[in-house]
Amino acid sequence: MYIGRVSGTVVATIKNELFEGRKLLMVDKLDLAGQPTAKYDIAVDMVQAGVGDLVLVLDEGNSARQILDREPLGAIRAVIVGIIDAVDLAEGALPNV
Amino acid sequence: MQLARVIGTLVATQKADGLEGVKFLVVQPLDKHCQPMGEPAIAADGTGQAGPDELVFVIASREAALALPEWFVPVDLAITGIVDEVDVG
Repeated sequence: MYIGRVSGTVVATIKNELFEGRKLLMVDKLDLAGQPTAKYDIAVDMVQAGVGDLVLVLDEGNSARQILDREPLGAIRAVIVGIIDAVDLAEGALPNV
Repeated sequence: MQLARVIGTLVATQKADGLEGVKFLVVQPLDKHCQPMGEPAIAADGTGQAGPDELVFVIASREAALALPEWFVPVDLAITGIVDEVDVG
């Protein structure tokens, strides 16, 4: 899983049936200092997240399918599974900051 | 899943079992602002309806093999949706 920031929404009419009725959000992958990396995901939202929210993103297919009750099959991988309230790091965990 | 632009088509007559009837498209991966990012790749069309110039999203690796009508065929990138709108404010 990784920490992400919801940066936008994606709308698609024609899509895999797995995504019918589900919200797709654009999520920027963040580093531990909270800075965006170059990576992003279009993720399925399971927690009513919105633009600007700091979120916990699952990025593994089997787990994603479990959450959607679609084991063992379904073309899904990135799922927003939590809205993050706080992240506490040990002192010195970020040597570059 | 990531955004990509369909930039071409690919035809192969002789191919591995399971790939019969699968449509292949050449896609250029994009960043979230729809600007090209990285090298073009070949994707199987899981929607069956994507065509050149269209904005799509793609899924990679094992999940790609679950995006086609027949599961676990040998593909590593598949189109799972045609994008109507991206709003990244």
